[in-house]
Amino acid sequence: MTAALATDGLGHRYGRSRWALRACTLEVPAGRVVALVGPNGSGKSTLLHTAAGLLAPSEGSVHVAGAAPARSLARIGFVAQDAPLWPRLRVAEILEAGRHLNAHFDTPFARGRISQLEIAPRARVQTLSGGQRAQLALTMVLAKHPDLLLLDEPLANLDPVARREFLASMFAACTDSGATVVFSSHVVAELERICDHLIVLRDGRVSLVGDIDDLRESHRIVSGPQGWPEPRATPVICARDAAGRTTALLRCDPAAALGPGLDETLPTFDELVLGYLEQPSPDHQESVR
Amino acid sequence: MFRLEAGSGVPIYRQLVAQVQRDVMLGRLSPGERLPTVKEVVEALAVNPNTVVKAYGELEHAGLIVRRQGVGTFVAPSPPLPAVTAPPALLASLHRWVGRARQHGLSTEQIRALVALALDEPVARDTVRTDSRPGSTGAVASGGAA
Repeated sequence: MTAALATDGLGHRYGRSRWALRACTLEVPAGRVVALVGPNGSGKSTLLHTAAGLLAPSEGSVHVAGAAPARSLARIGFVAQDAPLWPRLRVAEILEAGRHLNAHFDTPFARGRISQLEIAPRARVQTLSGGQRAQLALTMVLAKHPDLLLLDEPLANLDPVARREFLASMFAACTDSGATVVFSSHVVAELERICDHLIVLRDGRVSLVGDIDDLRESHRIVSGPQGWPEPRATPVICARDAAGRTTALLRCDPAAALGPGLDETLPTFDELVLGYLEQPSPDHQESVR
Repeated sequence: MFRLEAGSGVPIYRQLVAQVQRDVMLGRLSPGERLPTVKEVVEALAVNPNTVVKAYGELEHAGLIVRRQGVGTFVAPSPPLPAVTAPPALLASLHRWVGRARQHGLSTEQIRALVALALDEPVARDTVRTDSRPGSTGAVASGGAA
């Protein structure tokens, strides 16, 4: 089956030398809900913008359902960070604009969703709450009935209740349509219940990608006497000393025996993600040398 | 009907599977009873639909539930887990014991570990974590424990 989103050696450079994204190779199977995680400036927005056809690759390629993003625009729904919408327009006018600006725009669906959310069609965008604005932006892209939803930090400015309502209504829509969702987040908490596939970016490079259950099973949290493990001897992602013991996140072959005196468990979702976010960066090591 | 324990370390689809198993065993779900649709669970818990589909798939594979196309998902007419009929006194003393364990400040996971110990079963690695061990698993995730 064709991947919903595939990149091969994808890179994007701002100006002459600032690479925001490099050597990015990944595949997202159709129907997955993908969290794109990384610190600020790690390339999340750049990856989303290239997938949405808004930025051209400086090297490598990106494909949405097998075609270049610019050829698949009707099938892609993209919401930029902070859900930008014309602040002085009324909700009904935003929907009208959506109808005129898109080849396929399901106006009855959009109106129905707005009334279900109890947002007044005559209200101006600037008077809406953050949660309502996020829901309106989501409605605009869902009305295209896209195969791929790209959301840049959709949860960043939502309070817990708005966040929950946003996710519940987004997932309900995806349950019906089977759309693939890729969303970025710099917050790790609660992602476990949201996504089933993970992309971790660090300094513009992919440091981890895959199905979350598979990734958890191929990693271990191993704890042993301090000083263990030997640096570079095992595939250690990150290690930490506490109370006379060293605890490390390892990528490992499930069949591999780790030796006596060591205590191993499967990592939780948070341990896995945070372990990769804390992983010492090879780029930084090189620049120090 | 479902409740999720965030941060328990147990994958969410496993939590859903375990809750259906438990409710069938305890007779809270009877054979033939309809389960919520994937969309209903998604809207109630704000979880990813794929997680619910995976849990239902596993329950169906285990013969605990049956899916009828276009009608819904139901508890199997004769699920492979027989309902437990525990004498009320047994359950009441267990409730008291759990209450005492909580008074001693034990977490749910620690109580589970003790029960597993009492049952003389090997403690399942990915479900029971004893964070009281020095330098144990919590350290990597908690950030700056050192």
